[in-house]
Amino acid sequence: MSDVDYLAPTSADAAAKALAAGGAAARALAGGTDLLVQLKSGRLKGGLIVDLKHIPGAIGVREEDGAFVIGAATPGATIGEHAGLVRAWPGVVEATHLIGSTQVQGRASMAGNLCNASPAADSVPALIAARATCVIVGPSGRRTVAAEDIPVSPGRTSLKPGEFVLEIRLPARAARSADAYLRSIPRTEMDIAVVGAAVNLTLDSGGTIIEARVALGAVGPTVLIADDAAAAIIGSRLDAAALERLDAAARGACRPISDKRGTAEFRTKIAGVLARRAAAIAYGRARAKGEN
Amino acid sequence: MSDVIDRPAAKAQFKVVGTRPVRPDGADKVTGKAAYGADLMLPGMLTGKIKRSPHAHARIIAIDTKKARALAGVKAVITAADFPDLASEEMAGGESAANVRDIALNCMARNAALYEGHAVAAVAATSASIADEALALIEVTYEVLPHVIDVEAAMAPGAPLLHADIFTKGVEPAPTTPSNIAHRHDLTRGDVNAGFAEADAIAEGRYTTAAVHQGYIEPHACVATFGADGQCQVWSASQGHFAVRTLCAKILGLDTSDIRVTPAEIGGGFGGKTTVYLEPLALALSRQCGAPVRMVMARDEVFRATGPTSGAVIEVKLGARRDGTITAGQIVLKYQAGAFPGSPVHPGVMTALACYDIPNFTITGYDVVTNSPKVTAYRAPGAPISAFGVESAVDDLALKLGMDPIALREKNAVRDGMKAAYGPTFRNIGYVETLEAIRDHPHYQAPLGPNQGRGVAVGFWFNIGGDSTAAVQITDDGAAVVATGNPDIGGSRASMAMMAAEVLGLPIEKVRPIVADTASIGYSMLTGGSRTTFATGMAVTQAAQQIVTDLKRRAAQIWEVAVDQVEWLDGAAVCRDPAKGELTLAALAAKSGETGGPIGAQVSLNAQGAGPGFGAHICDVEVDPETGGVTILRYTAAQDVGRAIHPAYVEGQVQGGVAQGIGWALNEEYIFDTDGKMENAGFLDYRVPVASDLPMIDTILVEVANPRHPFGAKGVGEVPIVPPLGAVANAVRAAIGVRMTDLPLSPPKIRAAIDGR
Ligand SMILES: Cc1cc2nc3c(=O)[nH]c(=O)nc-3n(C[C@H](O)[C@H](O)[C@H](O)COP(=O)(O)OP(=O)(O)OC[C@H]3O[C@@H](n4cnc5c(N)ncnc54)[C@H](O)[C@@H]3O)c2cc1C
Repeated sequence: MSDVDYLAPTSADAAAKALAAGGAAARALAGGTDLLVQLKSGRLKGGLIVDLKHIPGAIGVREEDGAFVIGAATPGATIGEHAGLVRAWPGVVEATHLIGSTQVQGRASMAGNLCNASPAADSVPALIAARATCVIVGPSGRRTVAAEDIPVSPGRTSLKPGEFVLEIRLPARAARSADAYLRSIPRTEMDIAVVGAAVNLTLDSGGTIIEARVALGAVGPTVLIADDAAAAIIGSRLDAAALERLDAAARGACRPISDKRGTAEFRTKIAGVLARRAAAIAYGRARAKGEN
Repeated sequence: MSDVIDRPAAKAQFKVVGTRPVRPDGADKVTGKAAYGADLMLPGMLTGKIKRSPHAHARIIAIDTKKARALAGVKAVITAADFPDLASEEMAGGESAANVRDIALNCMARNAALYEGHAVAAVAATSASIADEALALIEVTYEVLPHVIDVEAAMAPGAPLLHADIFTKGVEPAPTTPSNIAHRHDLTRGDVNAGFAEADAIAEGRYTTAAVHQGYIEPHACVATFGADGQCQVWSASQGHFAVRTLCAKILGLDTSDIRVTPAEIGGGFGGKTTVYLEPLALALSRQCGAPVRMVMARDEVFRATGPTSGAVIEVKLGARRDGTITAGQIVLKYQAGAFPGSPVHPGVMTALACYDIPNFTITGYDVVTNSPKVTAYRAPGAPISAFGVESAVDDLALKLGMDPIALREKNAVRDGMKAAYGPTFRNIGYVETLEAIRDHPHYQAPLGPNQGRGVAVGFWFNIGGDSTAAVQITDDGAAVVATGNPDIGGSRASMAMMAAEVLGLPIEKVRPIVADTASIGYSMLTGGSRTTFATGMAVTQAAQQIVTDLKRRAAQIWEVAVDQVEWLDGAAVCRDPAKGELTLAALAAKSGETGGPIGAQVSLNAQGAGPGFGAHICDVEVDPETGGVTILRYTAAQDVGRAIHPAYVEGQVQGGVAQGIGWALNEEYIFDTDGKMENAGFLDYRVPVASDLPMIDTILVEVANPRHPFGAKGVGEVPIVPPLGAVANAVRAAIGVRMTDLPLSPPKIRAAIDGR
């Protein structure tokens, strides 16, 4: 591991300043479960590390009028301890919990998962399906962008020098709404998604889907939003025909590569399968909420 | 759940053997105190690192180390020029012969880099980051050559040649042109054509397996120091420190007596730590700079430059009569050796049909060099590969004949007195008993659900004996210390202590076992071939027996009676004359000065009569037809273990072998890109099973005692990895109705097979 400088600023503005001053070699640090591994392997060379964990609010979850604000460095384990968040966004939470092991969960954050910009990142399809937004702090102030606008290609984000994500926001929920995330890996744990699928949907009182969003991971250079797949189930009660349409539309949205983790053909087929299965889980959850 | 099926010839005669005490090395391991290969720190110690070839095959034109040497903090830089250019020399190893010249060239490339990761230079520096910097400053000029990794491509005429001096051995007349086929092995019996003519059903297949790594968690690590007077010390984790000593002496041109090797605690070997990679380099670096040098591989180096076992092609044809009698077998095995000759194809040939009594067969094996890391022993080397093909074909034969797969195997099973396919006559084997054990186990009749399937497979391993030394010393308070020369890779310290305790009549806590260094105990062959509990256990037992004889003599001397008046009972001498009472070991130890001095014995022997081992496994799987994912639902492994000295650790061996076999079957594989570079040199994409991938693996220990061992032990560590590849594949076939022939059975392949049904 090459030599690095380390700063732990105690305010968002100081962090932005430090990152801006560090230029291209400066990196934000949340849990470090990607960053430190990349430094150790030599994929990243030394430079400046700006630890975000000492910024007030960087760790923790709070509810604001039904919406949730998640500090950028909040580890997965903490996210799962917030009962309200788990109830409102079971898919986002289950996706975050798939990251790594118990040890990794003690550190790994959703913002790190997003800003690492891997197309296979587990929490990202769920965040995008959830219409999550990110509050970004930079040298020239704050802005809010949709989660899907942050990763632009494998390993690259739209963040400008000095910018970092301060918090992630999940919107307030309509009644009878739920989400779900599934991934395909060759093992049962400790693996990278060969395909991931997140479905977020809202039902009317009769059980008809009135709103839906489908996001697919690891089948393109970034997580893909499959609008046709969502359209395929809106207006249905997720009957067999709707599920078939969803499967086909999800496959149609895929633009995967073949690599050591799976062929393009396999990934495409599995995207359809997982979209269908995730939709069924989300639908079941939304109905169960309606009954409560 | 686990069962022990014992032969009537009771075990009640034993007080310690057959019980399950806590292992003597356990507390240090679970509290983090155990000192592994990387844990030793010496004053002034430097960090050694290796420069490796980025090319799968290249001529080394020049190596310029000037800039690296000039870097502050760099204390030594070595290349092949720092080692003698050895002549070819075969030497006996644990389970297979090895060529010292090849091992030396594998440690450090001389004129050619033969695989990506092949060492070309090494440095020692005052810090790891300086060492890294120095590696980057070493300039190697390569001429990149075409490479070949696929075994059949390497055999094809016109393939890129790895060595100009390989003329296939085992072929008459000897070829006059070199090739990548280092060796051809043939094993035949009877007349195969006549045998197939008699057959009513024929099962045939071409199967492939990928190269897989032993996957030990501890990377290779050592510390070496070269004294100013030429006396050297090495500390390393290996399966045989005597082998490390011999190899270091030969590779560096030193006297064996000048090298002392101390074994560190070992974090897994599975055959992969039976050779050297780092130790000769660390010694050469230390010789150059005078300081101790520590070298520890990173995980990607472990994958790129050590292990693995062969990827292979297996062609099998079996014929049987309607009643299930197998009349003929024809098998061709092609195994990757990696960069130097020496794949385990020979044991693959010898074991392929070892479970079957077949009158006519031909088995041909090819040892093929390829531009991939030189293969190293891996648990029952070669046997799982040939068994995968044979067990798949036997399963297909059972289907064609409409026969139960266990019944078909019972019908053709080898039994006592039969001549093994590989030559000798079987005695005291427990194969049929293992088949009966799984046949009668509730697992075999348990109902299956949709998308679920059950597979059966069997396996064989020779197990070996060989040279071992053990010393038993009695302490002044009447306890015992047992020293052997065999690194403990599978709980052998516990077994050694138990056998000594049994003979001495001591409670197990009064017997402390250690693994002694090369200067403190007599020569012992490495821990491999499932030999330690058998061979070294025999030496321990004999040493303890000598002590008992001596103790009786001492008691007789104290009592002034004839020796035949003294018996040894429960750790004490007892006199036939009741007036004399008894003398405990502690009492005799306290008086040892008056009866002949310190009490102890050392036995060196060459153990003969190792009992071969057999296993029979049942595997249930469920296949997700949409994702192609395979879940192992249930697994039961029966094995003839002779006598389980410590049943829990025998069960652990069986479970560990099965776990590795399942990984081999389902997900593990070396993946190379088109340039011959390994794409998955880490545990993320080289997928060994994680705990949640496996069910509890049930074991059935079948005890058919080996009369050549004092307690009846047979080797147990290797057999259990032989059947799982076939058992899993047969279960998958039952679940999806398609025969899968190419390992690993990863989800994309299964989904494609289901789509093609
Ligand atoms: C053993 C192991 C298993 C893993 N398993 C999985 C898995 O199953 N699924 C999965 O998706 N990932 C997995 N990962 C990857 C990793 O854990 C996740 O991507 C994790 O969410 C990263 O979060 P972090 O807080 O550790 O990020 P860090 O490593 O701290 O940062 C990651 C990247 O994002 C940048 N960054 C971090 N926070 C911010 C911010 N607030 N603003 C701007 N940039 C930021 C960093 O500069 C860095 O480039 C695994 C990693 C390990 C080591």
